[in-house]
Amino acid sequence: MDLQWLFVVLIAVVVVFGIGVLVVNRRRADHGGPTAPPRDRPAVPPDRSDPSAPEAEAEDGRAGDTLVEERPPTEPAVEAPPAPPVEPVTLRGRMSKARASLAGAFAGVRSRSGIDAETWDELEEALLRADVGVRVTDALLDELRGRVERAEITEPDALLDALQTEMSTRLSTADRSLAVPDGSEGPDVWLFVGVNGVGKTTTIGKIAQQQITEGRSVLMAAGDTFRAAAAEQLATWAERAGAEFVRGTEGGDPSSVIFDGVERAAARGVQLVLADTAGRLHTKTNLMDELRKVRRVAEKGAGRVTETLLVIDATTGQNGLAQAREFGEATQVTGVVLSKLDGSAKGGIVFAIETELGIPVKLVGVGETIDDLLPFDPDEFVAALFAA
Amino acid sequence: MFDTLSNRLDGIVKRLRGKGRLTEADVDEVMKEIRTALLDADVNVTVVRSVTNRIREHAIGATKSAALDPGQQVVKAVNDELTRILGGETLKINYASRPPTVVLMAGLQGSGKTTNAAKLASWFKQQGRQPLLVGADLQRPAAVEQLRTLGRQIDVPVYSDPEDPVLTAYQGLQEAKRLGRDVLIVDTAGRLSIDAEMMEQVRLISGAVSPDYTFLVIDAMTGQDAVQTAEVFHATLQIDGVILSKLDGDARGGAALSVKEVIGRPIAFASTGEKLDAFEQFHPDRMAGRILGMGDMLTLIEQAEKAFEADQAEQAAAKLMEGDFTLDDFLEQMQQLKKMGPLGSVLGMMPGMPKELKGAEIDDDDLKPIEAIIRSMTREERARPQVINGSRRTRIANGSGTTVGDVNRLVKQFGEMQKMMKKLGMAGGGKKGKKGKTGGLGALAGLTGGGMPDLSELQGLAEQKGLTGPPGGGTDRRR
Repeated sequence: MDLQWLFVVLIAVVVVFGIGVLVVNRRRADHGGPTAPPRDRPAVPPDRSDPSAPEAEAEDGRAGDTLVEERPPTEPAVEAPPAPPVEPVTLRGRMSKARASLAGAFAGVRSRSGIDAETWDELEEALLRADVGVRVTDALLDELRGRVERAEITEPDALLDALQTEMSTRLSTADRSLAVPDGSEGPDVWLFVGVNGVGKTTTIGKIAQQQITEGRSVLMAAGDTFRAAAAEQLATWAERAGAEFVRGTEGGDPSSVIFDGVERAAARGVQLVLADTAGRLHTKTNLMDELRKVRRVAEKGAGRVTETLLVIDATTGQNGLAQAREFGEATQVTGVVLSKLDGSAKGGIVFAIETELGIPVKLVGVGETIDDLLPFDPDEFVAALFAA
Repeated sequence: MFDTLSNRLDGIVKRLRGKGRLTEADVDEVMKEIRTALLDADVNVTVVRSVTNRIREHAIGATKSAALDPGQQVVKAVNDELTRILGGETLKINYASRPPTVVLMAGLQGSGKTTNAAKLASWFKQQGRQPLLVGADLQRPAAVEQLRTLGRQIDVPVYSDPEDPVLTAYQGLQEAKRLGRDVLIVDTAGRLSIDAEMMEQVRLISGAVSPDYTFLVIDAMTGQDAVQTAEVFHATLQIDGVILSKLDGDARGGAALSVKEVIGRPIAFASTGEKLDAFEQFHPDRMAGRILGMGDMLTLIEQAEKAFEADQAEQAAAKLMEGDFTLDDFLEQMQQLKKMGPLGSVLGMMPGMPKELKGAEIDDDDLKPIEAIIRSMTREERARPQVINGSRRTRIANGSGTTVGDVNRLVKQFGEMQKMMKKLGMAGGGKKGKKGKTGGLGALAGLTGGGMPDLSELQGLAEQKGLTGPPGGGTDRRR
């Protein structure tokens, strides 16, 4: 028991309350009225107990921490509508279809005869709208301003081309290859991490399908033991993809589920374990510690973690950088999966993540069906932003 | 790296604090910082432009007033503007005269519709209503199963039919009437605003149940796209309010500001944690205060008032400053504190709290050994801990089921804390004594004018104690 921090906290709290109350009282005294406006708000939740676990366990009615299932329980889920038939899925195709292009914003720049103050404002605004962020935007535009001042660029079209090149260049050096199993001893483990609701489970489903198509054997480990029915969701994907599947009890220890998954994969000669984890906000220290443990335990047996993939929702704004930093620090993230890029969001936060943290984007998710996961191609990504 | 919006504004205000008056050049500099801060907070570019223009006018006006501290003026201008945008009142639910009152949940994938449907159901239960949940998300595998599990946890029935989402919603409505449930909450599948087919589907669902309230669930971490998403959903469904999810992280929640400004509908609820009761009605004035770095001071004070006897707290604070704070007082304050809710959430609302402490998940159970130790002391020992000698220590340790080391640590820490608070109290008295009538509290009472208690000394202490990481202990999952 460490009392030190608790003391700091408690005293701080007492001080602030006392003062808060003092101030309020004084203010009220000043205004000559004691009444506070009534506010209707729900009471503060008094207890922190989690009602989920015992109930779920009781209902499951099965002992043991981890259950291994030959056939996952089937959920009569209605399938997603089939992908549009003809054209092959491309990043650029999906993004332009999604009107993710900044073309509209650039049209104004093109329409003017020269480069003026308004040009810079419009470029800045376009980049900010794409969630590129203030710092990266400033850096990009400062570079271009220099070249315009030196009269290296004089025409709006040339300026846009230079911007496109500059943006591509910033993403050009990273190694985006996935560490696929090389046939050595023991299963490879790919760990999937991220905040809540970014699409970790869906991404695993898609990757499983692709890896199986490429002739590798895959096992999914349902390390999200927290969210209700997360294991069922993964089980459905396992069935679709034809992957093996290991789950634990709801509320159980995620490390042990993933450990069991690795052991089972080793016993059966499965090459690749895709380990799901519960979504967690990167600010929750306990949960980030839990993730560190998951990462450690995954390598305790026969397996080794060859990829730790951070899934980031393309709609995420500047908070994405904080996510990448914290998850990167806790779990040695090897790559980013940028999900939901088929929407109207542009995913500009990847510039900051790559340039400031050096974590490469490896994959992008562009839809809900099993084939909608593509390797990240920076030139295409940038070109799609500029496409008319 | 990016500072949080509150830290940034805090920095600006601190710089201005020394100045007597703001020049226009000062204002320009401040506006640039505020613009960057708002953009970093993911406030939409267009909204930022209009906000900064308006704030600028106010701030320039403020330079003409010699009577007011410029720092306070700027904070006030920003605060007024943000509060104005975030919108007057809290959304008040008017129940349908012919039940059930129907609520439709919509949003992007992963925004938190299912979880918040359950949280909302739980909230309605607390209001004495009898909700029925309908799982019309047949898209995502196991979404209905998730809703059923959550429904069991809060003891609310869930209806779903695997055939068709529109049909499910309609039948759910009939089911609610049949069962006499007076609130119906329809969870729908996540969809992209540009997916015409899916938007048509949700329009049909809406048509089938004619909702009294349609809530758009928006992730607090959303970037610039929040506006486009909100506009399209609003055009399709006539949104009545927004539920802001995942507000318990470090996202600055600029999306809330943008969405409110663009569709003109209030943020109705905010989800502030993973537990099903971490859900509350949204108070716009408080959100602005939070963005400004004054913590959720109002909420905190309100909760404090509920739990604390105001006099008692005032006394305790005064005692603390003067160094007369005994272990008895400490114990009493601790009890009061516990009444206010989970420690972790209370800390999160405190302004100027070091990040390490905000992030730390503190279990109320951690307080138990401390309580036990203090309770095992005699009255004299509590008032004057210095009398505690070896044999008393052993007795206290035995009595409280702890070790002599634990007792030692507590006594020692308490002593240090006393010393520090005394110092803090005296330092404050010298600096700004004329402001507060209670002398030593002056420095800390700076929050009257929009400043905040300076907890930097506490932070210093925290760092000195090596408190940079989590407070040791379990990695136990959320319980």
